Formats: sequence, C-alpha cells, structure tokens
Amino acid sequence: MSKISGLGHRLYTGQMSIDFIGRRKTWYIVSAVILLVSVGALFTRGLNLGIEFRGGADFAIPSASCSIEQARVVAEEGSGAQSIVTETGNGTIRVQTEALTPAESSVLAGDLASACGVAKDEIKVQVVGPTWGAEISKKALQGLVVFLLLVTIFLSIYFEWRMAVAALVALAHDLVITIGIYALTGLEVTPATVIGILTILGFSLYDTVVVFDKVRENTRGITGQSMLTYSDAANLAVNQTLVRSINTSVVALLPVVSIIVIGAGLLGAGTLLDLAVALAVGMAAGAYSSIFIATPFLAQLKNAQPEIKSLAARVAARRSQAARQSVTGEPASSAAASGRQQPKRPPRSRRAKS
Amino acid sequence: MAPPATTKPLRALVALAVIMLGLIAWAFWPGTDSTVRLGLDLQGGTQVILLPKPVTEGATITDEQLQQTVTIIRQRVDGLGVAEAEVTTQGSGAGAAIVVSVPGASQDRLVDLVQKTALLDFRPVYTISNPAPEAEASPSASASAAPSGSSGASPAASPAASASPSASPAPSASASASPSVSSSAVVGTTEHPQSAENSAEFQSQVATLDCTNPESYSGGTPDDPALWLGTCDQTGAVKYTLEPAFIKGTNVTGASAVLPQGGVGWVVSLEFDGEGAQALGDASTKLSALPDCGQGASPCNAFAIVLDGVVTSAPRFNEPILGGQAQIEGNFTAQEANDLANILKYGALPVTLEAVDITSVSPTVGSEQLRAGLLAGLLGLVLVMIYLIVYYRALGIVAMVSLILAAVISYLVFVVMSKSIGLTLTLAGVAGAIVAIGITADSFIVYFERIRDEIREGRTLRQACASGWIRARRTLLAADFVSLLAAVVLYLLSVGSVRGFAFVLGLTTVIDVLVAFWFTHPIVVLLGRAGWMQRGSRWTGLDPDRLGAPSVAGTIARQGRRREPKEEPQS
Repeated sequence: MSKISGLGHRLYTGQMSIDFIGRRKTWYIVSAVILLVSVGALFTRGLNLGIEFRGGADFAIPSASCSIEQARVVAEEGSGAQSIVTETGNGTIRVQTEALTPAESSVLAGDLASACGVAKDEIKVQVVGPTWGAEISKKALQGLVVFLLLVTIFLSIYFEWRMAVAALVALAHDLVITIGIYALTGLEVTPATVIGILTILGFSLYDTVVVFDKVRENTRGITGQSMLTYSDAANLAVNQTLVRSINTSVVALLPVVSIIVIGAGLLGAGTLLDLAVALAVGMAAGAYSSIFIATPFLAQLKNAQPEIKSLAARVAARRSQAARQSVTGEPASSAAASGRQQPKRPPRSRRAKS
Repeated sequence: MAPPATTKPLRALVALAVIMLGLIAWAFWPGTDSTVRLGLDLQGGTQVILLPKPVTEGATITDEQLQQTVTIIRQRVDGLGVAEAEVTTQGSGAGAAIVVSVPGASQDRLVDLVQKTALLDFRPVYTISNPAPEAEASPSASASAAPSGSSGASPAASPAASASPSASPAPSASASASPSVSSSAVVGTTEHPQSAENSAEFQSQVATLDCTNPESYSGGTPDDPALWLGTCDQTGAVKYTLEPAFIKGTNVTGASAVLPQGGVGWVVSLEFDGEGAQALGDASTKLSALPDCGQGASPCNAFAIVLDGVVTSAPRFNEPILGGQAQIEGNFTAQEANDLANILKYGALPVTLEAVDITSVSPTVGSEQLRAGLLAGLLGLVLVMIYLIVYYRALGIVAMVSLILAAVISYLVFVVMSKSIGLTLTLAGVAGAIVAIGITADSFIVYFERIRDEIREGRTLRQACASGWIRARRTLLAADFVSLLAAVVLYLLSVGSVRGFAFVLGLTTVIDVLVAFWFTHPIVVLLGRAGWMQRGSRWTGLDPDRLGAPSVAGTIARQGRRREPKEEPQS
C-alpha cells in the first residue's frame, strides 16, 4: 500500500503525470465507441422490460420439486398463453405469464403450488397491470428532469456554468452506458433497476464534484501568470485527485459488489441484484467519466474563453523561449523549478493551440 | 475565522454524544416498541398499489377525495382484523397512488376487499331473469331464483337470491330446466347495459347479457345511478333488470353485523341519513306492495344493493320502512354479514380504483431476503473497513469507528422513525443503507486525502488536520448536497420501492455529514495533537516520508499554490 501512497505523492507533485487532458481524443474515441455500441444495442435489441413495465403476473416458487417443463405446462394451461419459466439458482422456479386478474392468478398459484409440492402461501406472487409501468416510467422521467434542472442550477452557482455542462455531459455518458449494458446483456429492467440508474445520478456527480473542486482550486487566479495553461492546471488537478477517485470508487463499489455476490448466491434474481448490477455499471462508468470525460471536456470549454485562450498563447510563447534558451545551454530555471507542471510528454507548443 | 470544531473538538464530540443519548432514550424508552418496522417484502404479506381515477371522465381528484378514499380503505382493511395493516398515499394530485399493505394476509381476501372499494347504490329490482343470454327479451325468471321467504320480523327485508341458502343451488337447476333451451346458441355479451328508459332495445341488450360468463359478474365497472341497469349477481346465478337508484351509498351512515337475540342467524343492520331515510321510506312503501320477484313479476318488491355495477345482495321489502333504519336478514354467517356491512358502510368511494400492482411475499421468503440484505450489508461494511485500515492505518481505524457510529445512528433513527412517523424498512431501503456505506466512507477518504495533500506541501500534522478539513469541508458539503438533492427529488416524485430507497439514502447522507463534522474531524484533530502521531510512525497513515513530503517537494508544491490564500480560504 505504501507503493500507492508513493504513487499518490508522485501524482500530487507532478513527478509523475498522466496526460488526461492532452490525450482527450483517445478517451473521447474510447467513449464514443462504447456509446455507439450502447445506443446501437438499445435500438437493435431493446430493453428486456420486467413485468412491472409490461403488465403481467410473476410467481416465484421456492424449493420447487417440479421441473421447469412441468411448471410451464401448468402455467400455460392456467393462463391460456405462453409463459416464461426459469430457474433462478437456489431451487426457486420463476413463472411469468401475461396479465391475469387477481382471481385467475390466485387459481394459478394454487395449481403451481400443488404441481410443485409447496404450500400456496410460500409462492411469491406479483400481479401488475399494464398501466403501472407507464406510471413508474413517467415518475422516473419527471424525477430525472427535475433533478437535472436543480443540479444544473446548483453547479452553476457553486462552480460555473461550464463546469455544470461538463458534469452533465459526463452524467449523460454514464446513464447511456448503463442503459446500453442492459440492452446488450438482456438483463431484466425492473423498478429496482430504475432506482439503481437514478442513484447513479448522485454518484457520478459526487465524483465529478470532488475533481472539479480541485480543478477550481488549482485554476484560481490562473490568468494572473503565464507559467501554466488552464489545461495544465486542470490536468494536475485530475492527477492530484486520482488516488482519491480510485479510492472512493473502490470503496463505493465494495458494498455494491457484496450485494451482487450475496444476491446472486442466496436470493437469485430480485430487487437487490437488479439494483446492484445497475449501480456497479453506473459507478464504474462514473469513475471513468469524471476523470477521462468531464475534466477534458471542461478544459475544452474553458479554452474557448478569450482570457484562457490568451493565457495559453502566453504560456506557449514563454515555453518556446525557454526551449530556445535550453538549446543554447542556458538552464531555463524558472520553468524547471515548476517541474511538476512539466510532465514528460511531447512538446507542448504543438498542442497548446488546439 | 477558525471553525469551532477545529479549536474545540471536545465540544463537537460532546454534542454528538448528547444527540446519541437522546436517540437511544427515544428509541428504547421502556414500554414502547423498540424495533425497526419491516416492510412486507421483508416480513411477508400482501401489498396492493391502487391508482385512483376520477368517477367522471376528465375530472381531477382533489387531495380531500384522496384522503377520504384512504380513510375508507383503511377502515375496510382494519375490518379484516389484521394488525399493522397500512394504507398510505404516495404523491399527490393526478399521479397519486394508494398503497395498501397487509402483513401476513392471504392475497385473495385483501384483493377482494380492495377491489370492492367501489360505487354503491340501491336500486329497485324491475325483474330478475335467467343468467344465460337469451335471443329475445322475455323475463323468464325461474321460481327458484326468487327470494325465499325468511321469518321476516318487524321492519326487515329478507334477502333474495345470493344471500339466501335455498336460492343458491336453485338457479343452476333452473337454468338447465329453463324453457330457453336455445340459450347456448346465443352469443352472450358481458357488458352491463344502461339506458335512460326501459326501452325495447335496452330489454334486448339485457337479454343477451351472459351472466354465466365470469367477466359479467366480476365487477369493476361503476354504473351510472341515474340510468336503468341490466346486470348480474356476484356469483353469476341471477340476472337483474334494475331501475334507477333510489339511494346512493353516500346516504348510508352506518352498517353493522348483528346477532339478534333469539334470531336464527346474523343480520346486517343499516342506518341512513335524512335524505336516505326519506328515499327508503318512499321506495319501501311503493315496493312492498308489489308482488314477490320471480315468475315474471315486474316490477317486483326487492331492491338490489349494487356495488361496482354488480348486485351484492337483493333483499325484499317486507313492509314500508319509515324510521331510517333497516335490517337485512338471511342466514348469513358472521363473515358474510360483516363483509356486507363493510361494503354498505364504506362502499361509496369518491373515486374509482385500479389495482395496478399486487405483490404477496411469504414470511419465509421475506425473512430470507432480510437475512441476505443484512449479510450483504455486513460483508460490504467489513470489506470497506479492511480497505480503509490497510490503506489509511490509524486514520483507517478512525474511519472504521466513524462508519460503525454512522451505522448505529442510522439504526437508532430507523427505530425512532418507525415509532414516530411509521417508517417501514423495505428491501430497497436496506439496499439504500448498503449503498450508503460507500458514500459515507467516501467522505472520510476525501478528508484524509486532503490531510495528506497538506502534509505533502510541508505542513505539520497539526496544521494539516485543520487546514485539510477546511478544504475538504467544502467539497464534502457540495458532494453530499448533490446526493441529498437526488434523494429528495426521487422521494418526492416517485412511487413504490423507489421511495423507500431514496428515503434511506437521503437520511444516511445527512447522518454522514453529521458524523464527519462531529466525530471524524474532532477525533482526527485530537489524534493530530497526540505525540505518537506527530512523530509520524508508519502506522499513522500520515508518515511524511512515505507520503513523500520532504521539505523540497513541499516547497515546490507550495510555490505552485502561492496564488491562493494559505490558510482558511473563505468558505
């Protein structure tokens, strides 16, 4: 662990620096590919919506002594339509049918109970009308919009509008990837999944807020000097908070992973598992995006500002002058002293204007 | 301004201790229930989510109507005699949902009960007929479907058809013996016809109504009280042609199941308001003079209690009822009498309800889910603690104690809220608590990393603990505010399990801030003053050499930061 502490130190002082902002094209391409795959999967495969969204009846038969085939025969006779019968791991058989009336579902639960040798009361039954899903989706969407509005206002006041925009771009990135994973894997989307996705909102922004706070600290009064460009200072901030970002992400993921392990091992499918899978994907994406997407995007937005632009020009001029001096053998003392701001990478002048 | 927490860490610790003692006293006050109330998915039971819809198309539901509906359903569910039944609203206005939770009750009874929360009216029976559809309108009611006389005492009405034991086996027999042999050839309808007039068209619509089809008598379609109605009884044994309603459910002020002294069985006693009593008097005077229903008699002397468009009971008027009080007789069991009384008493809701989600969980599955949830939480907590201790050493132990403290406070708050505002912890809530472990630990990490940053810049431990806090505090508050915002918006705008999750997440975020401010930070400041921490042992987690904070590096770093105020930037 002390190695990581040392790493944290080198990242902090700039002895070691990963060029998150300069190589933003690489990250953008990586993200663009993932996003394309996600959106593509969403349109071609669609989401596997749970019965809460479609309407239907769901029976979970614990420690069932019947086979999947037997259960299917009973279910299709009882519901008069095709049924989906699966085994969820711990001996529980899950039967899903079209929407049934409460009376019909009660009869079918009884049939399944006698066919599978369990008491009727032991069967977990859920009957959902088709309007319910629309209601949940509407509410979730409302919540999303209201939250985004409020959080944009907050971030604009607390930071500035450019940071708010960058944070929201990262957030949208995380949401699309998470939904895309659901489309790709065909995992069922339930209300618990929706909870998980909505929770990502908070998480993704938490990470971004921590990084941006450092960016703001590093760039305070930056236009008053000519040693560092905004991109340099922002990149330093990402490097300085890198250990923090990794640690917070690992620590946030540990409980979620234990939910997945316990959920899959003990319970089979259910609220906990659905929630945790969405969270795990979203958190991982959130950790990635706050470092690789949010800050580079912010730097781009800032570089369009006139005063930041002229700062970049001043810094570029100063550096090319320093480079000429060092060629002639004179040590460029002032630039070298701030060695942490000059990580090993290709000459800056090439990139400074972009 | 130096924040008080920095200079007076003990004060913050004492404040927290006082809060905790208060919570403990509140939670475990002798003689009160000191457990966290569990949701139905954790203790087993049935939950029904209902969406209220206005009775007339296009109208909006007022909060008052919503509350009235909840009260009526609550009384009804309480009538089941189940402890801890719960009826709550979520949201308000047009998007509101009503959630009925009954622990342990079997699904069927609850759903029946809830589905019967519909429109109630009393209509004179015009005629009764064979349940099967017929080709033409001929009131060929069989005698057996007619009311069987009971020893109707005093101002009593004796039930026809459904409530009478002798009637129920009869209709099926009569159906087969009925002259309308062609009935099976006629395609029956399941829609209950309504009409302003007892027209020929209406009669033929009634004739084709197929009361043997379950869809015809399962109810759910409220009728217009001002129109004629063709419908079935709730078992599908008899078909009724009913005149416009003479009493609405809202005119019923009371109903109860009574076992009269010396009586044969249970009766349902009814009370009406002034308007209802007047209407009852008029109707009973008129109707009691008419012939008994059956044998093609129309109009006849029975009236139908119509719930959601289906006849629940059709008693006969024995004589005029003028006092505004009536009894319905007919060999009821206690349960039947109670159910009927409940329907009469609470029947008329200001809205119609659609049961959109019915979930029932057995107690075994519930306790399994709870166990799995707790296990996952424990595992997550242990993993996070191990990570923190390995990485942050002494500070990790502070974080561990802080986490345990946050967990204890959360538990106490759950108990207190279970008591005071009826909070129930659902599986989604448990998940929220588990996820909160990570968020809470994140706060400590942000703080500890800040302290490390300060040490890297060459500050002494003591300075670093204080100045690191000032910087971390802003970040923490901003980040936690975003989390809280998400939780509050989710809570206010969502229904069902999302709410439980959001509530717990919001609550734990607040607790996280509380613990960070009043425990973690004061303890770190106190530790920073301790000699062994200042000597910078490798076990402190803040060893300057390991953090790589030799004076040179620190100086360089500080150069880069000269732009900002060194101590305590305004916050």
